[in-house]
Amino acid sequence: MTVSTTQPVGSGGSNEGLTDDAALRIFRTVTTIRSTEDRIIRGLSSGELRMTYYTVRGQEVIPAAICEHLRRDDYMVTTYRGMHDCIAKGVPLDELVAEMCGKVTGTSKGKGGPMHLSDPQSGLMVTTGVVGGGLPIAVGLALSSKLRGTDQVTVVNFGDGATSIGATHEACNLAALWEVPVVFVCQNNQYGEHTKFADYTRSPSLAERFRGYGMEARTVDGNSVPAMHEAAAEAIGAARSGSGPVFLECLTYRLGGHSFGATTEYMDPDELSQAEANEPVGRYRRWLVDQRGIGEDVLADIEAAVVSSVEAAVEAAKASPPPAPEELLTDVFSSVEALPR
Amino acid sequence: MTTDDPIHTLSEAVNQAMDIAMAEDPDVFALGEDIEDPIGGVMKGTKGLSTKYGRERVRNTPISEQAIVGAAIGASLVGMRPIAEVMLMDFFAVAMDQVANHAAKLRYMSGGRTNVPITIRTSVGGGRQFGAQHSQSLEAWMMHIPGLKVAVPSTPRDAKGLLYSCIFDDDPCIFMETMSLLFTRGPVPPGRFEIPLGVADVKRAGDDVSVVTWGWQVPEALAAAETLADEGISVEVVDLRTLVPLDRDAILRSVAKTTRAVVVHAATQFAGPGAEIASLVGHELFGRLSAPVERMGAAYSPVPYAAELESLHYPERKRIAATIRAMA
Repeated sequence: MTVSTTQPVGSGGSNEGLTDDAALRIFRTVTTIRSTEDRIIRGLSSGELRMTYYTVRGQEVIPAAICEHLRRDDYMVTTYRGMHDCIAKGVPLDELVAEMCGKVTGTSKGKGGPMHLSDPQSGLMVTTGVVGGGLPIAVGLALSSKLRGTDQVTVVNFGDGATSIGATHEACNLAALWEVPVVFVCQNNQYGEHTKFADYTRSPSLAERFRGYGMEARTVDGNSVPAMHEAAAEAIGAARSGSGPVFLECLTYRLGGHSFGATTEYMDPDELSQAEANEPVGRYRRWLVDQRGIGEDVLADIEAAVVSSVEAAVEAAKASPPPAPEELLTDVFSSVEALPR
Repeated sequence: MTTDDPIHTLSEAVNQAMDIAMAEDPDVFALGEDIEDPIGGVMKGTKGLSTKYGRERVRNTPISEQAIVGAAIGASLVGMRPIAEVMLMDFFAVAMDQVANHAAKLRYMSGGRTNVPITIRTSVGGGRQFGAQHSQSLEAWMMHIPGLKVAVPSTPRDAKGLLYSCIFDDDPCIFMETMSLLFTRGPVPPGRFEIPLGVADVKRAGDDVSVVTWGWQVPEALAAAETLADEGISVEVVDLRTLVPLDRDAILRSVAKTTRAVVVHAATQFAGPGAEIASLVGHELFGRLSAPVERMGAAYSPVPYAAELESLHYPERKRIAATIRAMA
């Protein structure tokens, strides 16, 4: 297993197609993700905010690059560690943060929470709290596109930990059999909850294992924007053209414990500090300046705008009321008449 | 019931409901193990449908219950109306993450912004010596998870009308086809026919004791009622037809009249649906009952294989009659 943080930015990728506009959109997305996480962690640490939170630090580049190739009407499914996916897919930040805080202005009126974010308007269809639970659903979303004859693509995000659970294998086998337009995005952050990759599987490569289902599968440096941008273009393009599912193993590194407040004693401190020193948002920023000649002022302007929009989202969430008591029993069924009394 | 409607098996009635739904709405499709022709489903429920509608809309799957239910959920989130077949209800245990954590909850977790209009058809064994893993009536398990609707028809007519309603319902519906009834015959209205979910049916009117039941215990209760009629005991048989929504009013209406109730089901008696119904009756009709509410469910054991033991496991007509006789 090659840990991606040891690779230079751009390895294995091509800059072709990554225009300055696209590069800056990606920068804005990864900055928004990072800034939102930093703000949430600050709020949780001080007691200002309260929620369960699963860090996405270190995994920002993957959805930012993928969503460059997705349309609003493409579908996405993600997991409890999925705030970055939601932001990249275009879930409005105010509604996202409000939902995480359990407020009525949230995407689900505060009834879903950080592990169950969904916003069908932006194509973010399901966030599941069950490892591997999203993959079969993604196959069904992709099947709907096939049956209806549209060219919509479904992307399903999951961690490397999900490759050990049965639902994942049922879904991948079925997707390949049916040749549905789904891209399986395995964000290999090297940990399944509190267990290292090498401690739960003998497989040297997940891409190799999933290729066995009869679909395209490749490993990509998930912390490299050019590499991810190119791999996502190919995978999504293939799915959209009707050639069936693709499995992308995106190598990354989770820069923290499983969830906010969790320990990291099972993580190698040297490896973690090396990964932190080489974290992808900072690397990308340096690359934009050094390799793409983007002005420092341009990036600073984006960062300042992002920070203020994140702050506004947090303030709006704090000011928003919780859902009313009547909401307890609505949305169980299409009608409250069906509820048992 | 006197009717000129054509006579069909329950399995044929199920097939008709799917056929009509698929003809009416291109968003209706079916998926499951061995559902394509020539098999047409191991219980023949989908016989002929893949030939008529094609293998895109009537899709065989691998033996993958999680993927079957999950794929149905996914397609339903964007407005399709999948009919998933889980060959036997026992296999829900394999699919339960998708059923309980996803199908049942996605509407609520999204604050009503998405919904899961799927129907899961499943065969329910019992009384056929299929042993412990092919015979369970798991409706109590389904009822315990907020967000699932549960239908259990006892006649071909009800099967057609209820299944049609399930397919076009906007919530996930579990449709239980009890094997011992699948090839029983009865009148089935031709063409489009629906029975609203949550409306019980009095299968036999009576004055002395109410039997509240569903599924394959309905004919057992009717047989017991017939026996008891000769002895001068008048039994009313209330077939709930759906357990969620539950037709509370029909139960209370019947028991208010008879003042005696027996709840009979093939699900395990302990913590079974009968406990909920007995509690409802006891609470709402407190002081008006002539006898405590009796419950008759399956014994607290895995379903035994030997016919002699299996017949003791489930309530059957003679013991139902004995229970009623003792309280009348």
